[in-house]
Amino acid sequence: VQADGTDGNCITFVLHDEDHTLGNSLRYMVMKNPDVEFCGYGIVHPSESKINFRIQTRGTLPAVEPFRKGLNDLMGVCQHVLNTFERSMKEYRAQR
Amino acid sequence: DEMRDRVVLGEFGVRNVHTTDFPGNYPGYEDAWDQRRFEEAFRVDIIREEESALEFDMVGIDAAIANAFRRILLAEVPTMAVEKVFVYNNTSIVQDEILAHRLGLIPIRADPRLFEYRNQGDEEGTEIDTLQFQLKIKCSRNPQAAKESSDPNELYFNHKVYSKHMTWVPLGNQTELFPDADFRPVHDDILLALLRPGQEIDVLMHCVKGIGKDHAKFSPVATASYRLLPDITLLQPIEDEAAEMLQKCFSPGVIEIQNIKGKKVARVANARLDTFSREVFRHEALKNLVRLARVRNHYIFSVESTGILPPDVLVSEAIKILMGKCQRFLNELDSVPME
Repeated sequence: VQADGTDGNCITFVLHDEDHTLGNSLRYMVMKNPDVEFCGYGIVHPSESKINFRIQTRGTLPAVEPFRKGLNDLMGVCQHVLNTFERSMKEYRAQR
Repeated sequence: DEMRDRVVLGEFGVRNVHTTDFPGNYPGYEDAWDQRRFEEAFRVDIIREEESALEFDMVGIDAAIANAFRRILLAEVPTMAVEKVFVYNNTSIVQDEILAHRLGLIPIRADPRLFEYRNQGDEEGTEIDTLQFQLKIKCSRNPQAAKESSDPNELYFNHKVYSKHMTWVPLGNQTELFPDADFRPVHDDILLALLRPGQEIDVLMHCVKGIGKDHAKFSPVATASYRLLPDITLLQPIEDEAAEMLQKCFSPGVIEIQNIKGKKVARVANARLDTFSREVFRHEALKNLVRLARVRNHYIFSVESTGILPPDVLVSEAIKILMGKCQRFLNELDSVPME
């Protein structure tokens, strides 16, 4: 992870060893945050697995906060999906 | 409203593809992320489970996350596969490198969660990250064969090399670590090479743990795909010959014809079966009477495993891997001080 930004509001993360798999899902979670004015990601070059992830917040919120919140939200989603999936598998097997 | 939750298929293209329900886009809609609302709306239905294939629905999730699961299932769930092949003797027609390539692609029935990744630069391989297999086979002539027979099954012993001839050679303390495990290829009848009398193959193989991103032989699924639930609406009632024509336009079972007061009326019976060939748009009369769309957040996943791990375990592992990725970045955020 490398970060460089102009001021506290907008920040560009360079995430190594990542691609659309995490990039798109994280972008979706960060966009759902009403404090975020701009969020986007891009692949610098397809031969290198690095993504540029940029967040810009309205107001004066430091930009690391939506990033952290997005990651936590994504973890919450995954946890819930995992629990629901395993519960459904158990029910399906029980009633078969 | 339609734009928010349906993807519409027009005659020449698809409309409303991207998710637009972000906060601030629609006045009056509560779009900000709410874990509780997500949990209420989300559900998983298992449709069909077979030994190596699983079909299930995920309702209430977005494309970005569903696609992330699919990508992880294909490329980032680790498995064990043959990586290094030490060739001691190969006098068969099949070249060394071709044989090594074929051996690498064989799925090995070994739970990858019991093993570690091999460290970079480690040539030897320790018992915690390597599985050793041996393939030693020699073809000979059958002295009892009839004089004029030309069937190779009768004339020669061992002329076909199958994957069942691969035997596990335990390394170090693997016999204690896995006392009742039986590591072998998933399928016994994969043909590796053909031999004739006098030819022999003697190779030693090392299997390591890897992911599909590195080489496709490490991918644990035969294929993993998803599609969106189709949604067909008839804008006007359709009768008689138009109804018959409509039924032929869609896959069998989608449209059924009912007899109401003597007239034949078409009704959408089961939109899920449709494959959306858009045949309707080729008929001028029917073009404007039907609306083809897909429900935006209802995904029908279909996962087929190669047999290494059962498909539901694969899906669980994929979700855990996505969580692991998030956790990694959270840890880095906390450890690196922000300037």
